[in-house]
Amino acid sequence: MIWTSAAPAVTTAFLSSLVEAVEAMTIVLAVVSIRGWRPAATGAFAGLSLLVVMVLALGPLLDRIPLHLLQLVIGVLLLLFGMRWLRKAILRAAGAIALHDETIAFATETEELRDQARRHEARLDWLAGLASFKAVVLEGLEVVFIVIAVGVGRGLLGAASLGALAACLVIVTVGFVIHRPLARVPENTLKFAVGVMLSAFGIFWTGEGLGVPWPGEDFAILVIAALFLVVALTAVAITRRAKAVDLT
Amino acid sequence: MTMLVTTFRMLVGLFVDDGSLALAIIVIVLLSWIFATLMPDFPIAAGAVLLVGCLGVLFTNVMKAAQR
Repeated sequence: MIWTSAAPAVTTAFLSSLVEAVEAMTIVLAVVSIRGWRPAATGAFAGLSLLVVMVLALGPLLDRIPLHLLQLVIGVLLLLFGMRWLRKAILRAAGAIALHDETIAFATETEELRDQARRHEARLDWLAGLASFKAVVLEGLEVVFIVIAVGVGRGLLGAASLGALAACLVIVTVGFVIHRPLARVPENTLKFAVGVMLSAFGIFWTGEGLGVPWPGEDFAILVIAALFLVVALTAVAITRRAKAVDLT
Repeated sequence: MTMLVTTFRMLVGLFVDDGSLALAIIVIVLLSWIFATLMPDFPIAAGAVLLVGCLGVLFTNVMKAAQR
């Protein structure tokens, strides 16, 4: 394993999983606060099981696809996914759109579950479990994609999975201990960093798929990431300045 | 049927938020592929088009979105 490709892959998987796990944990905790641990844990466990089945089913299929085609497809998907994250993170950092707030997300989910409790008392455990299941599957799907995308091209699937698993364990442990939404996690900063890394991986894999011999090989990922960071920070600075001028 | 449509929309939503950004990325990838095909002895040109194109697309898209 070469550290220049392993370190960015594992770090990206860890940080992106941290963000997604925080968002899923907020909804699971909302379910806990309304209906207790049992439906929340059952739904979360069912969601995790579905994700594991998907990874186990997809893994062997990916081995059958020619490497260049796999790199090209994964690279383009990573570009779409990573630049979508980065665009939103830049606009949030510049104050052009509102930051994602876990406290508000928790309050909204709790209110929805209370509303359902008033209307469907008999089925509430089932509905609460379903909310927990959906949160884990929806956020987990993004984690699965990122782990596969950053890991598959260089045989780093195991290392990236460990990075993601470590992040999930950290969030579950903290959520279990403090028992309220993790509102102090700097989600947008993490999304900004992950968006930069995913976009860099996207450029690198798409280029590899097209037969581009990147100078410095895997080290090029870090250089590409640095360029994305410079452009993203410049965009934030210009947008902030333009907004400040508009206000005055 | 509704569930299939919902699942499909959810999967597309993973990759496409702003349609113009997604379309611009695809155009840049196609341009890079054309460069790679037409200039097989100079493949780094395709890499340069891909990198500079995506950086430019991101910057332009963010500036336009911030002005809205």
